[in-house]
Amino acid sequence: MKRTVTKSIVVGCLAVLASVPVTVAAGGAATVAPDDVAFTDLTVTAPVSAPPGDPVRGAEVFVSRSLGNCLACHEVTVLKKELFHGNVGPSLDGAGDRWSVAQLRAIVVDAKKVFGPEAMMPGFYSNHVGLHVDKEHAGKTILTADQVEDVVAFLVTLKE
Amino acid sequence: MTKSRVNPVRGVGHMGRTIVSKNEIKWGLSVSLFGVGLLSVGLLSVGLSIAPAQADPVDDTLVIDGKEMITRTAAPEGHPFKEVLSGWLFRTEETRALEADSFQNPAMLGVDEGAEIWETVEGTAGKSCASCHGDAAESMAGIGAHYPKWDPETKRPVNMELKINQCREKNMGAEAYKFDAREQKALTSFIKYQSLGDPMSIDLSQGDMRAWWDKGKELYYTRTGQLNLACGSCHEASMGKMIRADHLSQGQVNGFPTYRLKQQGLVSLHNRLRGCIRDTRAEMPKAFSDDLMAIEVYVTWRGTGLSMETPAVRH
Ligand code: HEC
Ligand code: HEC
Ligand code: HEC
Repeated sequence: MKRTVTKSIVVGCLAVLASVPVTVAAGGAATVAPDDVAFTDLTVTAPVSAPPGDPVRGAEVFVSRSLGNCLACHEVTVLKKELFHGNVGPSLDGAGDRWSVAQLRAIVVDAKKVFGPEAMMPGFYSNHVGLHVDKEHAGKTILTADQVEDVVAFLVTLKE
Repeated sequence: MTKSRVNPVRGVGHMGRTIVSKNEIKWGLSVSLFGVGLLSVGLLSVGLSIAPAQADPVDDTLVIDGKEMITRTAAPEGHPFKEVLSGWLFRTEETRALEADSFQNPAMLGVDEGAEIWETVEGTAGKSCASCHGDAAESMAGIGAHYPKWDPETKRPVNMELKINQCREKNMGAEAYKFDAREQKALTSFIKYQSLGDPMSIDLSQGDMRAWWDKGKELYYTRTGQLNLACGSCHEASMGKMIRADHLSQGQVNGFPTYRLKQQGLVSLHNRLRGCIRDTRAEMPKAFSDDLMAIEVYVTWRGTGLSMETPAVRH
């Protein structure tokens, strides 16, 4: 079992390197387009954006209503100074213990690819969206690739 | 003897009871879940800490004007829940108290305004609603609890707002109210208030009501917007949970038009539905469009048996 997993992760990485069109943004940072993010065994091993994620910015994205608004659905004890933690999803305390970084990235990019099509959690870096997206958000992902990496870096710090 | 109230605290008293901070008034208009707007932090909720305020609907009895309301009842056959629950059970103690006391309920001002409109002559026929319908406490008693209804003429379901417009155009020679005109909300509230306490039910056997119900059901479970959420994601799968500061109810319609503390005024059903859809980051369907009428038919059925609470008070 273990071997196959490792192998497919490696294959996944290679696939990313080999075939994924990488866009170079104005700042020079490379990002993987949403449709090109490679899922392997419910993980996304390669970062979707080149600059390493920043957990402090990630916490901001997590809290902000116009960005991640993760707090709308998740409780997190380290953010207890923030008001109003929802509980539509599970508490994320210990998420960094429960999940590997590649699994966390997969959950943030498109939770439905991890938990199944019925999952409630929105896909934050996915073009798999609902009907009639409004003009302001049409053709855009909820988070940018950099913001995904920042949030993932924050989630990794959630140890119990 | 219309059931309207001359509110002794009109204009002054209710303000003191409106438990909303300046902040909430200011930002409250952007109620969108993922909005660019900032927090709508009401004083009401400041006591909350990280733990969800309420995990379940409360066990409480609602009595309005001496009448006990049915706020929970067995669901009709084919309903996803065993029990249908009024949104009142999901609100805070302060908000519940405001609704329970008609003298404190700020929406009663709208009902009073509706009572005045009922008597006002308008249009080329020189008539008021009362000219034909007389005392609303009699002629409109129990009527609002059974809308939307099939309308054989237009071959669509009509809700109360549309029915009022029909009477204005056909019978009074007056113009139809524009969506969410102040008078529309007031008159709709006044008429529905004549059904206070009556169990809500609609007749699906008329015309094509079944097909509209089917369409409404389909829409209820269709995910919309960038956030990819359906009505059912929030009001069925997550009922009873907290979504940020909001305690998710079953999304029942028995209290509409409803006084919203955040918006400091009466909110019509189609306004609320449009808001819920906007919160998924989707384009909002037009008020009274086929989609929203179908959703109204279906969602009204989902609340079968709940007492009419118009005008309810919500946060
Ligand atoms: C609309 C509600 C909602 C929002 C917003 C949301 N989630 Fe979730 N999340 C869920 C739900 C529900 C689950 C459980 C799986 C499912 O059904 O989707 C979940 C599962 C998770 C998990 C796995 C939980 C575990 O440890 O088992 C992680 C990690 C997670 N979410 C992170 C995030 C992050 C980060 C954000 C913001 C970028 C976010 N979520 C925003 C609803 C949400
Ligand atoms: C000229 C007489 C006349 C006037 C004026 C009039 N109506 Fe009507 N209204 C009727 C008649 C006749 C019906 C029954 C036929 C129908 O449903 O259209 C009716 C039906 C209704 C119904 C539906 C009752 C039910 O059983 O479902 C409502 C609600 C209503 N009117 C409200 C109003 C309101 C509000 C006004 C004032 C804005 C008004 N009407 C003005 C004649 C009138
Ligand atoms: C993102 C979650 C979400 C979605 C999706 C959503 N709503 Fe809501 N809705 C809310 C919240 C939050 C409230 C206010 C708290 C409550 O009553 O649940 C609310 C309130 C309502 C109310 C008022 C309830 C009352 O007691 O006054 C109705 C009716 C309603 N929603 C219907 C719908 C319908 C129909 C849809 C689909 C077209 C829908 N909602 C989609 C979150 C949502």
